[in-house]
Amino acid sequence: MKKTMTLFMALALMVSVLTGCGAKDTGGSGKESDTIKIGLNYELSGNVATYGQSSVAGIELAIDEVNKDGGVLGKQIELIKVDNKSDSAEAANVSTRLATRDKVVAILGPATSGNTKGATPPAMQNKVPLISSSATDDDVTVDSNGKVREYIFKTCFNDSFQGVTMANFAFNDLKLKNAAILFDNTSDYAKGLMNSFKKTYPSLGGKILVEETYQAKETDFKAVLTKIKSTNPEVIYIPGYYEEVGLIVKQARELGIEVPVLGGDGYDSPKLLEIANKDSLHDVYYTNHYSPMDTAPEVVAFKEAFLAKNGKDADAFNALGYDLAKFLVDAIDRAGEANSEKIKDALASTKDFKGVTGSLSIDENHNPVKAVTILELVDGEPKFLKKLEP
Amino acid sequence: MKILNKKNILSILAILIVYAIVELLTHLGVIDSYIQLNLILIGINIILAVSLNLITGFTGQFSLGHAAFMSIGAYTSGIVTAKLGLPFIVGIIAAAVVASIAGIIIGIPTLRLRGDYLAIATLGFGEIVKIIAINNDYIGGAVGLNDIPQYTNWTWTYFLVVLTVFIIYNFIKSYHGRACIAIREDEIAAEAMGVNTTYYKILVFTIGAFFAGIAGALYANYFSFIKPDSFGFMKSVDILVIVVFGGLGSISGSIIGAIALSLISVFLQNIPELRMVIYAVILFLIMVYRPQGIMGNVELKLFNKKGGLNGYAGSK
Amino acid sequence: MIMEEIIQQIVNGVSLGSIYALIALGYTMVYGIIKLINFAHGDIYMIGAYVGFALTTFLKLGFFPALILSMVICAILGVIIEKVAYKPIRNSTRIAALITAISVSLFLEYGMMYFFKPDTRTFPSLLPDKQIKIFNTDAVLDIKNVYIIVVTISLMLLLQYVIHRTKVGKAMRAVSLDRDAAQLMGIDINKTISNTFAIGSALAGAAGVLVGTYYNSINPLMGVVPGLKAFVAAVIGGIGIIPGAVFGGFFLGITETTISSLGGSLYKDAVAFAILILVLLLKPNGFLGKDVKEKV
Repeated sequence: MKKTMTLFMALALMVSVLTGCGAKDTGGSGKESDTIKIGLNYELSGNVATYGQSSVAGIELAIDEVNKDGGVLGKQIELIKVDNKSDSAEAANVSTRLATRDKVVAILGPATSGNTKGATPPAMQNKVPLISSSATDDDVTVDSNGKVREYIFKTCFNDSFQGVTMANFAFNDLKLKNAAILFDNTSDYAKGLMNSFKKTYPSLGGKILVEETYQAKETDFKAVLTKIKSTNPEVIYIPGYYEEVGLIVKQARELGIEVPVLGGDGYDSPKLLEIANKDSLHDVYYTNHYSPMDTAPEVVAFKEAFLAKNGKDADAFNALGYDLAKFLVDAIDRAGEANSEKIKDALASTKDFKGVTGSLSIDENHNPVKAVTILELVDGEPKFLKKLEP
Repeated sequence: MKILNKKNILSILAILIVYAIVELLTHLGVIDSYIQLNLILIGINIILAVSLNLITGFTGQFSLGHAAFMSIGAYTSGIVTAKLGLPFIVGIIAAAVVASIAGIIIGIPTLRLRGDYLAIATLGFGEIVKIIAINNDYIGGAVGLNDIPQYTNWTWTYFLVVLTVFIIYNFIKSYHGRACIAIREDEIAAEAMGVNTTYYKILVFTIGAFFAGIAGALYANYFSFIKPDSFGFMKSVDILVIVVFGGLGSISGSIIGAIALSLISVFLQNIPELRMVIYAVILFLIMVYRPQGIMGNVELKLFNKKGGLNGYAGSK
Repeated sequence: MIMEEIIQQIVNGVSLGSIYALIALGYTMVYGIIKLINFAHGDIYMIGAYVGFALTTFLKLGFFPALILSMVICAILGVIIEKVAYKPIRNSTRIAALITAISVSLFLEYGMMYFFKPDTRTFPSLLPDKQIKIFNTDAVLDIKNVYIIVVTISLMLLLQYVIHRTKVGKAMRAVSLDRDAAQLMGIDINKTISNTFAIGSALAGAAGVLVGTYYNSINPLMGVVPGLKAFVAAVIGGIGIIPGAVFGGFFLGITETTISSLGGSLYKDAVAFAILILVLLLKPNGFLGKDVKEKV
């Protein structure tokens, strides 16, 4: 019988440890707590920690501001920040923990589509709204049967939207007919943009000469660039993030490729200019949520506040994170009660929420309807080119 | 050797009692979905660790590519259950079979390689599997495979863990298991004594991959979303760490290791920025102060009264 | 046009290869002496880049002072890592050693991430930003590549000299051949291993600064992929053999470039690993290694 006892003891210990783990947070405060808890399920360590940490920096700034102004519904907001290690299973684990242990009213994050998909099932089961500001993949909010996921929202464009916009821009505005594509094939984001560009551009009458790939964290792109150069494209579409794109643009210019480069909101970072120097950043066009050079008071105020708090200029992830938090607070306010079910309904019925990255409404697929801005880099500085209403 | 001796009946009883207790606690609401998720995660890790222990701990074949077998299983089950709409049991069996075929393929190079070289070759194999998955659009590529039906539950996990431990434990205890241990201790001597080293090395890779495939199926059908990144080099390292932490050549050690490391991971969720730093320090301290792992190569008496398997983890 | 593309791709391959070669040098040295896959090597390279970044950005040092100082700091770091982390496990199993190396690597990566944030940082430009046209075609060679290739080759020659012509080198070779016998001959094992780590880590530091200035972007995880690739390069060339590491680096760089230029960029890394497995199977001691008979 000793064995059974041992096993039983081990199990009892395990259960008690797991039960005890989150209990201290909820203990005492009960249901009528004086704070509203919001869970952050972000990539704070692991290979995409940059995006997670950047989003969280934006969120924290927004919540600080809200709390300073007296919070929402007369209560302060408490952020419960948990790391998902940039892993989708861990994201599910964190989602479950936030929903069942920390009893948060809503979850923000994760930053990438894959991890958001991992975090989705527990949020759905526990009926807690989960909103991501950068999970761009089309099927984050809609399942494979075309049914909308009730508790999942996003505040960024669908991948397909940006690709279509850029294909149109290349063909109709720049009047370029021969394109090359170079994309990060380890990134679902880049792949999504690439796929929609690849579909749209030829349907307009353009031709895709060559399609090449790279991988996140690579630093040398000269081989693929030489290959692309030999096909003589008039324009290159490079969906991806600024870390690699900066290097790609710089190396392309060094190799004598002077044609326009097109991209998406992954370009929006002050780092892009630092990595690729000023001379190489000409004829670069990208789709974005807003223009960082915008002189609208809310944009200026955000940029100044961010710089003051974090000591560096805001990038797209910061701005999207900031808006995401404000967006949720707005929904909580309209819900009139810190109740997940009501917040979910308020989120779904958002109309013309005004944020730094533009105003947005939520459509029936829980995707935002918002204008897309096309920016051009002139000597490394983003210049507003045009704004397309949805 | 009667099959229904006192020891076996007791073991079966113990297994059923543990299952019943967890079921009861679940119905009473003591075990909520968070604990359940972690129990299932621990179960998956036990299967992975025990199967890797067979390869690395008992047979001494250094593998840094175990996550690749898991990924093959996960994708196979994902395709079978989500794309073809077949029942879970078909997914599990298909996952195990396809993964074991991969096990045979990676087993063949082990005939020539050993030690660090084998570790690097298996690492390369793992990366190749990942790159193929990234570039295959049928299974979603880098975007991943989403909306896999969520079939895995506590019952499936628990009994598959029991099955895995039972089969591998009995394999180790058999004539074949002793042949494997002989290979670990001294391959040349084992060969000289008439052990067919080729056969056994491929066999353990196949069996190990078989169970890793099952773990992959459980994983895919629990989290309902898989992507190639989840089964990279770091996942293989995580599994290896569980095995070494628990003790190379100790099945109960692997079980304890899986439980302990899952709990450590849960605690570290609260200190996100320092999480990996602390994890690294814990690993380091264990390697320095107890390189043989918690259990060494001794089994808990729960499993066998005659004591552990002799010898120590190979130093080759 | 075709000719020009081929020339450009050869240049690309050689310059990529020179970086792998530079990192592989340190890898192969450490492995040669203590038979440890030092997973932390790629991270020492990362630290070297950060040190170079700090020296050039905050102290406004020039390229060569930053390079030398960074090499010195990395050498010290390497010795500390060896004394603190690897010495206690010198006599334990291979697997324990390997996991220790992985833990050191994680510690460095995430420690840097904790203290210096995961963001990409940019190097000031230290070397002249100039491209040379080759044979009057459109194929270009970056002047910084020339620096990297020259530094790599000279470090290789220097290492060859140290290992084959000096007392320190002789001790290293002796320890690598038979540690116990070397000790009996009066060689200080601890000191020799420390020397190896110092030299290996200094090389990684040099690589960090060079690559930092070349690509001008650094981050805490920058060492992972090149570290792995450099290890592959070292194995291809024959691990423990100095010219082998350089050969392997160039071989890998040119192979990857060739695959990309043939349109296989999707499978570039897969092919690199497949070559690794093939080399291990067919010539386990690498292209430049000697076959050693299995001893009983």
